[in-house]
Amino acid sequence: MDLDNNLKSVKHKIVILSGKGGVGKSTVATQIALSLKQQGLKVGVLDVDLCGPSIPRMLNVEDKDIHQSSQGWVPVYPDPSQTLAVMSIAFLLNKKDDPVVWRGPKKNAMIKQFLSDVVWGDLDYLIIDTPPGTSDEHITVVEGLQGYNPDGAVLVTTPQAVAVGDVRRELTFCRKTKLPVLGVVENMSGFVCPHCAECSNVFSKGGGEALAREFNIPFLGCVPLDPQLSQCLENGQSFVEAFSSSPSAQILNKIAETLHQRTAMNGSIS
Amino acid sequence: MSEKPENAPEHCPGTESEDAGKSSACQGCPNQNICSSAKPKGPDPDLAVIQERLSSVKHKILVLSGKGGVGKSTVTSMLARGLALDDNLQVGILDVDICGPSIPRVMGLEGEQVHQSGSGWSPVYVEDNLGVMSAGFLLSSPDDAIIWRGPKKNGLIKQFLRDVDWEDTNYLVIDTPPGTSDEHLSVVQYLQHAVIDGAVIVTTPQEVSLMDVRKEINFCKKVKLPIIGVIENMSGFICPSCKNESQIFPPTTGGAEKMAEDMKVPFLGKLPLDPRIGKCCDEGTSFFEEFPDSPAVTSYQQIIKDIPDNLLFGNQTKDLLHMYLTFIPLFTKSFFTSTIFKGYSSG
Repeated sequence: MDLDNNLKSVKHKIVILSGKGGVGKSTVATQIALSLKQQGLKVGVLDVDLCGPSIPRMLNVEDKDIHQSSQGWVPVYPDPSQTLAVMSIAFLLNKKDDPVVWRGPKKNAMIKQFLSDVVWGDLDYLIIDTPPGTSDEHITVVEGLQGYNPDGAVLVTTPQAVAVGDVRRELTFCRKTKLPVLGVVENMSGFVCPHCAECSNVFSKGGGEALAREFNIPFLGCVPLDPQLSQCLENGQSFVEAFSSSPSAQILNKIAETLHQRTAMNGSIS
Repeated sequence: MSEKPENAPEHCPGTESEDAGKSSACQGCPNQNICSSAKPKGPDPDLAVIQERLSSVKHKILVLSGKGGVGKSTVTSMLARGLALDDNLQVGILDVDICGPSIPRVMGLEGEQVHQSGSGWSPVYVEDNLGVMSAGFLLSSPDDAIIWRGPKKNGLIKQFLRDVDWEDTNYLVIDTPPGTSDEHLSVVQYLQHAVIDGAVIVTTPQEVSLMDVRKEINFCKKVKLPIIGVIENMSGFICPSCKNESQIFPPTTGGAEKMAEDMKVPFLGKLPLDPRIGKCCDEGTSFFEEFPDSPAVTSYQQIIKDIPDNLLFGNQTKDLLHMYLTFIPLFTKSFFTSTIFKGYSSG
């Protein structure tokens, strides 16, 4: 496998992880990617959630197909500027409702192919979105990135104890696989009622921050629940661009900036 | 044509093939050992053991969703707790989410351990009539991660099904991780002789969630798992201060009800997003006991009331019944259903 050629031209690799499902891994992955793109960087998004790929819809490239070139698979570009590249299993399915009923080894083979065969070109960032858990997909991605100096993982959680409990396990996963942790994002923290402007903590509050403090890892920020954000993801719009003044977008932009600063140092060391 | 088991992985060479157990598609299939050994081929001997073990469990319900974080574990715990409110029913929860077990916390059982007895593993009991089994009970600290690939997860699931002593149980509610992969295939495969009544599918209202759930429904159809119905969770949030409703997760494509209609599966109901449910789950307390008058409890009770109907009749029979009731108004509904019910419950 010439994992070499295709991943070598990617400067920074960030893995988005969470032990818990539905906490907003794909949301954070897409919005960070869009925000970095807005800063003029070249970004790729790799979706290794094979059974439930959400990235294509969130980036409005649901019906696109993948083309083969002599160097490998050409990723999908949502706009002509080609500063955002996307790869997901959804592009390989005939019908979008087709389930991918695969056991681990087959998923691993697919992920290895994603890591080695996609012609990303010169990228500043590759953001890798993962399914929940600490199993096949995660082990394979981390193994595949070994030797390519991955910058680390961003852990996403929601504030409730049930979610934080699963994210603690993900942290253990990062420790065991020696993947550095770039920080924790607390998503869906607080909802401001559009009728009375009262802020309710729908899924409690502060769990992510407390976790970061307890394990002495950087806390990247709280992203409040915002129906406009859900709406943008449904329609495949860029939330950080369309609602740049909303508190959620500002936090997401700030998170992207922080990640950019932190990983830029990693680049200079290597 | 060589023979393929129903739940075989894609590209299975067939159990009679020379490549059985050796081709790349066989990697991770729980039957690989049997296929690759030179012995005469037969079905997995554990399947009969599982069937025997679970013969004392009347109904087995799977809680599924393609999407994570939509409330599978919450719904599982609420269904089980709701069913267990009836002292005459014995209820069990089996958590096959090996890498992210939430059930122990949601049921207030964190830190509990599994005990072994002569008859197998004993579930941990929340109430006299509500037992729980989860991978979470096998971990020594809340930070411990189970970093396992598929085959090891399958091994543990098989052990759960084969070795846990549920005694006489009316309902076993099985909570699953998101997706359509190892855990789901294994449960369906191992329970093929023990018969699963069907799957309850949980989703949230947004399309991002529904698109994964459609895959899950197609998975059920593929493995011939009956669908009891779809539940829409987190549908609408009522502000505790002004009582106005907001759609935090907007149903941009019509929500779960329309999806169920399009996919021709029953719709069981909508559950409101109530922060108090999340709080109860975090604390491991029973929402039914803490807030018996809340709208969410009413919705859950309605769903729980409907589930046995769907189990008893199956959907086709239920449709027939509806037709019957529409076309023969001479029969009063109560007379008709009561006789049917009597017939079934005595049988």
